Amino acid sequence: MKPPPFSYYDPRTVADAIGLLARLDNAKVLAGGQSLMPMLNMRYVLPDHVIDLNRVEGLSYVREAGGAIEIGGMTRQRELEFSDLIRNRLPLMQEAILQVGHRQTRNRGTIGGSLCHLDPAAELVTVGAGYDATVVVTGPAGQRQIAFADFPVAYMTPAIEPNEILTAIRFIPWAPGHGYAFVEFARRHGDFAITSAAALLEADGAGRITRASVTIGGAAVLPVRARETETALVGQVPTPELVRQACESCRAIEAIEDIHAPASYRQHLAAVLSRRAVDKAITRLGKPVPARLH
Amino acid sequence: MTEKRTVALTVNGKRYEKEVEVRVTLADFIRHYLGLTGTHLGCEHGVCGACTILLDGQSARSCLMLAVQADGHEIMTVEGIAPSDTELHPLQEAFRDNHGLQCGFCTPGMLTTLIEFLRDNPDPTEQEVRIAISGNLCRCTGYQGIVNAALDAAKRLQTARA
Repeated sequence: MKPPPFSYYDPRTVADAIGLLARLDNAKVLAGGQSLMPMLNMRYVLPDHVIDLNRVEGLSYVREAGGAIEIGGMTRQRELEFSDLIRNRLPLMQEAILQVGHRQTRNRGTIGGSLCHLDPAAELVTVGAGYDATVVVTGPAGQRQIAFADFPVAYMTPAIEPNEILTAIRFIPWAPGHGYAFVEFARRHGDFAITSAAALLEADGAGRITRASVTIGGAAVLPVRARETETALVGQVPTPELVRQACESCRAIEAIEDIHAPASYRQHLAAVLSRRAVDKAITRLGKPVPARLH
Repeated sequence: MTEKRTVALTVNGKRYEKEVEVRVTLADFIRHYLGLTGTHLGCEHGVCGACTILLDGQSARSCLMLAVQADGHEIMTVEGIAPSDTELHPLQEAFRDNHGLQCGFCTPGMLTTLIEFLRDNPDPTEQEVRIAISGNLCRCTGYQGIVNAALDAAKRLQTARA
């Protein structure tokens, strides 16, 4: 349970970090270390070089720019947990963050690290899919943007080239008074979700749903947008029965099977949790975000 | 390949400077290089919470950091909680009085976690305490004594401040 030998680099700029990535073979990028460090300790990964981003300047921030909320890749999950800007503009993210690991891991874990590690059960991956976020990566040729729908390409594999670093992620907030909810089922508080569901809703003055985003996390190898559910909700004034029926299609998700649960159980959870998330989001429609989501 | 670096950091108010292999975790550095064996290692992959320390006042798992990453930072371990060699911190007193420990293996992580938690949340509910220690495994107490100790410590600390 000790990391294997490697060379260690702690660049101070993004340009230096990318330069190292381009030059070194079999290098791993170290962000918050809450996934890579266990993998090193258990020697699941054996890199020759570790490039630590923790001393790179200018990668940790939350700011509003051009109608979007932009978050630096090395922003700690703790900062998102306590950010008023995140709570007010991206309340779904803050509700999800409270279910990410524990205080000790959120103090170190970063949003960029979580997204690049891309565990299908990771709350922030589900949130990124729910908001249709834009991932900004930087490589030798400069910056490029990746729509979140194109970001996960396979199990735990993001659409990032080996010489690129995730430097920021952008979210477009939903309208003030929108409904939001993140719910998950895990054996213990702080565990990875066996299945999770994220819901965002907008409604008109008559209570008719005008826009919906429903995402299932943890059930499949990638986060899944429940398009059928979204379509069934939009244009409707929701009733409990309508929501139940709309979420029933989530049962058809192509679920994974592991030591925690069989696929059929995850399919069941997908239908149940998506309904709970939508129901909870409905109760929040038209209301200001409370001072505490805890 | 045994790349080494010099690490300079403050632990419990005392300054240390040591040469260390870059792959050494902060937990092993604290135990083997500094001889501070109060920080315990249970799982070494970030699940049990026994190795929790405070890094610049924030709780972190020292098995999930490299010692080189702590260069220039301030660390507090369980040895730094008591005000002196003959006195205990109110949180430690509360653990003793409420059967907050039996074998003591999880205790360093419980204490460091709760130091941060009670600083940020001086008047917690039982549910908040349970969530705060959800990342710390204890196999002796069933947690009830620890929860009682944390709630008792919150009261003692409030009295001490008043």
